[in-house]
Amino acid sequence: MVCWLLASTANAEVEVRDFDSLTERERYRALIEELRCPQCQNQNLAASDAPIAQDLRAEVLRLLREGRSDREIIDHLVARYGDFVRYRPAWQPSTYLLWGAPGLLLLVAAGAWLWVLRRQRRQRIELGPEQRATLDRLLDDERQQR
Amino acid sequence: MERLKLFVPLLIFLVLALVLYFGLGRDPRALPSALVDRPLPPFSLPVLEGDAVVDESLLHGKVRLLNVWGTWCVACRDEHPFLLELANRGVAIVGLNYKDDPDAARAWLARLGDPFEAVVVDAAGRYGLELGVYGAPETYVVDADGVIRYRHVGVIDADVWRDRIEPVYRSWVIPQ
Repeated sequence: MVCWLLASTANAEVEVRDFDSLTERERYRALIEELRCPQCQNQNLAASDAPIAQDLRAEVLRLLREGRSDREIIDHLVARYGDFVRYRPAWQPSTYLLWGAPGLLLLVAAGAWLWVLRRQRRQRIELGPEQRATLDRLLDDERQQR
Repeated sequence: MERLKLFVPLLIFLVLALVLYFGLGRDPRALPSALVDRPLPPFSLPVLEGDAVVDESLLHGKVRLLNVWGTWCVACRDEHPFLLELANRGVAIVGLNYKDDPDAARAWLARLGDPFEAVVVDAAGRYGLELGVYGAPETYVVDADGVIRYRHVGVIDADVWRDRIEPVYRSWVIPQ
């Protein structure tokens, strides 16, 4: 079981890299975790052993060493491979619905809940004094019959 | 009104079924190219035959196909006869020999026939990264101004050509 767990989180990244600094290593790791492999679709660059993923990892490192920012590197790849390579979709018109849907659904659910509550409150019947007296009498009768 | 409410679950089901049905017909592997309607990225690469180094102006002047292939790519072999047929019909095709051994590529063309007007060699795959190539074969329709108009990932056969690529190709051919 433990072996299986370890295996499932293993990275396919096989290259040995020398990093100039810890921050460079951390940024590289974060980028290849976040970018998606265009060939194998359900894996990120870090997890994929497809040749294209190897090439893209090398490209990410090359861009890092050129002194590009994380954002520039992601934009560079998006310009060539499309929005598809992001695992975290950008905030843009085509993704407004995607990002907004959870909040929207929450609002709808809250609205529905309030509506149900209100309806229940309206259905609560207030008894007049006469009705109350009738009710008391009925209940008393029942008690006496027992 | 209360009666109508009974139909709400059915309605939800129908909408969901419709959405899922159309989702079934979509190919999840087909990525829209980020480069469609953008100029071909500039390059300066050697050709397969001879010592010349060419740039993107090689693809200017008329509509062409840019076909990404390699001898290591099994699907490219399936595609090859159809490329030869297209070349026979007068479609101009430029090859991009992607991450391949030039000698093997020359031997392949000598044995199987050469459908290409010219073959550009991208041995390291650097230009492939510029194009957003993630597999082979891939084929781009490039118009006379060197602008990418369509991208097809995968093998071109008669059906793919007729249904998807030819209409785009024809629409960019400038009437003489």
